[in-house]
Amino acid sequence: MAFFLLMSLLAYLLSGAGALLKGRHPAWGARIVPFGSLAASLFALVPVVYVLAGGSPVDFRASWSLPVGSFHLHLDQLSAWFALPVLLVSPIVSFYGAGYLRHHDRPLETDACGFFLQLLAGGMLFVLLASDGLLFLFAWEIMSIAAFFLVVFEHGDDDVRRAGWVYLVATHLGTAFLFAMFVLLGGMCGSFDFADFEGLGGVPDVVFILAVIGFGAKAGFFGLHVWLPEAHPAAPSHVSGLMSGVMIKTGIYGLLRVMVLANDWPAWWGWTFIGIGVISGVGGVIYALVQHDFKRLLAYSSVENIGIICLGIGVGVFGIGSAGPVARLAMAGALLHVLNHAVFKTGLFLGAGAVIQAVGTRDLDILGGLQKRMPVTGLSFLVASAAICGLPPLNGFVSEFLIYLASYWSVLPQGFPSVNLRVGGFVVISSLALIGGLAAMCFTKVYGTVFLGEPRSARVAGAADPEPCMAVPLRIVAALCVAFGLGGSVLMLLVSPAAARIHPLALAASDTTPLRDAALFYLNVTFAVCALAAVAYGLVRLRGRLLSGRAVRTGPTWGCGYPYGTPRMQYTASSFAQPLVVAFRSFLRTELGGDWPSGYLPGPSDFRTHTPGLFMHRVYMPVFAAFSWAAGWMRRIQHGGTHAYVFYILLALAAVLFWSLL
Amino acid sequence: MIDQSIIALLLLVNLRMFATSRVDSLVRCVAAQAFLLVCLAVVTHEGSLSWEAWTFLSVTGLVKCAALPALMTRALRSAGIRREVEPLVGYRVSLFIGLAATGFSVWAAEKLPMPAGAADPLVVAVALISMITGIFLIVARRKAISQAIGYLAMENGIYVLAPALAVHGPLIVETGVLLDVFVGVFIMGVIILHIRQEFRHIDIDRLSELKD
Amino acid sequence: MIADTFAALGGVALALVLSPFLRTIIDRTKARMAGRQGPPVLQPYWSLARLLRKGAVYSSTTTWIFRAGPVVTLATILGALCLVPFGGRPALLHFEGDVLLMAYLLGLGRFFTILAALDTGSSFEGMGANREAFFSALGEPALLLGVAGLGAITGSVSLSGIYGRIGTSAFLGAHMPAMIFILATFVIVYLTENARIPVDDPTTHLELTMIHEVMVLDHCGTDLAFIEYAGALKLWVLGLLITGLVFPVHTGSALLDACVTLACMFVLQIGVGLVESLVARLKMGRTPLLLGIAFVMSALWVMWVVR
Repeated sequence: MAFFLLMSLLAYLLSGAGALLKGRHPAWGARIVPFGSLAASLFALVPVVYVLAGGSPVDFRASWSLPVGSFHLHLDQLSAWFALPVLLVSPIVSFYGAGYLRHHDRPLETDACGFFLQLLAGGMLFVLLASDGLLFLFAWEIMSIAAFFLVVFEHGDDDVRRAGWVYLVATHLGTAFLFAMFVLLGGMCGSFDFADFEGLGGVPDVVFILAVIGFGAKAGFFGLHVWLPEAHPAAPSHVSGLMSGVMIKTGIYGLLRVMVLANDWPAWWGWTFIGIGVISGVGGVIYALVQHDFKRLLAYSSVENIGIICLGIGVGVFGIGSAGPVARLAMAGALLHVLNHAVFKTGLFLGAGAVIQAVGTRDLDILGGLQKRMPVTGLSFLVASAAICGLPPLNGFVSEFLIYLASYWSVLPQGFPSVNLRVGGFVVISSLALIGGLAAMCFTKVYGTVFLGEPRSARVAGAADPEPCMAVPLRIVAALCVAFGLGGSVLMLLVSPAAARIHPLALAASDTTPLRDAALFYLNVTFAVCALAAVAYGLVRLRGRLLSGRAVRTGPTWGCGYPYGTPRMQYTASSFAQPLVVAFRSFLRTELGGDWPSGYLPGPSDFRTHTPGLFMHRVYMPVFAAFSWAAGWMRRIQHGGTHAYVFYILLALAAVLFWSLL
Repeated sequence: MIDQSIIALLLLVNLRMFATSRVDSLVRCVAAQAFLLVCLAVVTHEGSLSWEAWTFLSVTGLVKCAALPALMTRALRSAGIRREVEPLVGYRVSLFIGLAATGFSVWAAEKLPMPAGAADPLVVAVALISMITGIFLIVARRKAISQAIGYLAMENGIYVLAPALAVHGPLIVETGVLLDVFVGVFIMGVIILHIRQEFRHIDIDRLSELKD
Repeated sequence: MIADTFAALGGVALALVLSPFLRTIIDRTKARMAGRQGPPVLQPYWSLARLLRKGAVYSSTTTWIFRAGPVVTLATILGALCLVPFGGRPALLHFEGDVLLMAYLLGLGRFFTILAALDTGSSFEGMGANREAFFSALGEPALLLGVAGLGAITGSVSLSGIYGRIGTSAFLGAHMPAMIFILATFVIVYLTENARIPVDDPTTHLELTMIHEVMVLDHCGTDLAFIEYAGALKLWVLGLLITGLVFPVHTGSALLDACVTLACMFVLQIGVGLVESLVARLKMGRTPLLLGIAFVMSALWVMWVVR
């Protein structure tokens, strides 16, 4: 089995290198990345499915000549589950990318993009497989750096370069915390191997805190999320899909990997997760709602979904102590949401990419009417939007159903629940419901303003569906959303071993009945939804029958008596979010600007709203400004004179001597 | 069951005080709060009440539910105040602060070390919430009258807590406090009237000009 | 088992037949309060029949989404109807977590109603759409939290389990305040979800002030009939959540229970009519506060239930 894993990693590496070295065969080069990615996925799927279907974990050790660490790959149920979105999404994304970049004017950079895309996908798989602290950091860096080069693909643009720097700084600050964490763990047990960490007998609080910050920076917890809304709009759309759908989940994976090392989970871990979940979920969706930039909005929505995953984990942490099914259901819900979010968020980014390529702008306020011009993109985007709102029968509902079900169980008095568990479940239910409702508002806004109504500008006029190699991935993603939604029961059974893997070391894995029961409950949903589809079809037929003999005309939209309407008068994305901006003004601090009409005969006027990122502008920028000021001051001691440097060396030596004599 | 419903009503009254913009309804709320608290004291009392207790309860009840609110209503009417127009903290935010305060009080009431045989934690919680409500009104509202109501609400909270904590002789303490508050509110009413006559408004943050 | 299924089927059939009649009760109550006679008893049925006999005009701006809207709305509300227990008997379809399916089916219907409104490209309908989206987002936590409270009191996570186990004892025991709070929450959510005063005014004639009515301005004929019928069914479905609480007596006879529930339902509609006659509609900016109050009240049960 290890052979397949190595082959997969090799396939990523070779096809990436092939894209760079393809020489004079451009046509061949455009295919090598997608098919290499497909081959890599197929290779890796063999052991992944084997492990998820109940096989024993796959282990591989190679002799490794570096002084520290070992080349130790390990595929257990947890990493297998997280590998699933990587293997599913990366081929889809590479096929789409080949079409997306086909008409790019700088072929050399397109090749580089293919190379880094393979490096990113392979790096993610490597992260999940690495079972040694240093190897993990090595893989983590490959993944992060590859993503950086993908983000700065359009590096001619100032904003893109800036976004790239924001991402690079954020990811390396996170890595610094991880470095500290692994050094601490390694120092405690004298080895960096994950298997040795397990013998440690517990995880100190400081390790957990370092992990939350370090992995949270990658996962995009609200507060550490500043790079997401910068990097996602800058990167090419298929790359944003892969980063937002899959890469940020490696942060969640890392956190869970650290958590399972512990002997028991203290209650404050649960509250940490629930706190992060509530803030990321609600904060993310509210910020998503006020954006006008298509991809920035999707980036904030990823923060929201990371919040939902954290809510699930939080309830799961509390549930471990109770006898009921809560822990298993909540963890399974969180894990399923990892997969589901990867699918629909990729679909949303791919759809956004198709739109952006067709109209050349990311500004939601000047789009509109695209459903008629891009029916395939529109339908896929609609399916993905409904899925991200957690609406049945799509896949988002499956994971939210599990997290809700766990929370509903947790407020019950049965199964010896603690007060923490019951109150935690109560908090999760209320915030999930709020997040769900606001997400529905957010995505009706996006779909409504981009695809429905009349075009708000002339740019939209010539838009058409993209070519098949982009349209087919879109259709595949939409089909996956539906299939996962209808087959939710199967997914629940599939995730069961991975969910069973997430528990403190001291507690052995218990039975799988909770998820089998949940799968049975979910069969009802599948059944009901299919029945309703039949009812809806019947209603359509009924309406057709009723209208068949009667006059059916088309006319203009009812303008409420006002005959001079123009498409620019339609509700825009900004106006759709207005009640929310008013209600949450103390949190959002939206800036209103422009020349407002005044007087009896107002002249030309305009109106602008802008919502700056809370943390970016109020926390990080002042901190970094202070840092840069301090650094500028430090520069005085480095002025290039050799004599001064010799003096510094002398000072340092004297200080060391002094310290050693003390 | 009756005590639980009184507690529930008290919670609602407190939340109403967080969320209302009308000053007259604030006055009614504080009166209702006092009435409910007196009822709660009667209901939660174990054994039969002595005649001193009855007297004390009826006196405090009369003062808190009738005398003080009447005084305030008169002050309101003469000053012509109806609404708190620009509070320092908005009403929606206030409501959720109220919810958070409720959660905190319940949590704190469970954790606080109480003398044996003391009241139901929820009674303590309600007392805490009333006190927090009062403090919040003092902090977050501009009108002097709202702040006076805040003091009163706070005193109501202490009133419930006193019998729970000081098992012996709470009456004396309570009567003293009540007298203080009565005088305080009385003076405040007079002052408000005079300020109103002098300056045509009673927003305290504009009174800082008086400091010279 | 079989008897339960038949009882549930009977409940669904009653809903299908009687739900338009609820509108009559509300309108009659309002008319009486205003000193008028009110519409004939069967007026909603005549209106539906008339709409079904009409042709249709579709806006040239619209796509298939606009035509899908009414169908999805009606289908999802029918689905919700099958999940809500009638008269304390198990619903047609019941399983652990069925409340989520019910809430999210309603959400799906709302999703399509909003999109259908945006599909017309009318700014008025956009206005209604965003209000509907925002207010329902604020109402959702109150509803789901309230059901969670009932679940915690009765020890069940399915609607049929909850409403089957709730008895008069729930109101008389230590959980009484919690029950009252949840009931109050449900009433506010009921008025919000059904677009009644004090949140929305179904009889207003100014598009700027509408929420639900303005979203369906462009629908006509069969589509409008579907929407109206779905609205009537929604009054019924969410009403069952309230009647099951207000009169939690299980006599053992399905017929008697059904009659009691029906009576409760009619009284509830009279109540809605009274509210509409006596209360003014809230300013649009105040509605979030009302829904915030609903949420806060639904959150208070935790004080009595989780000790």
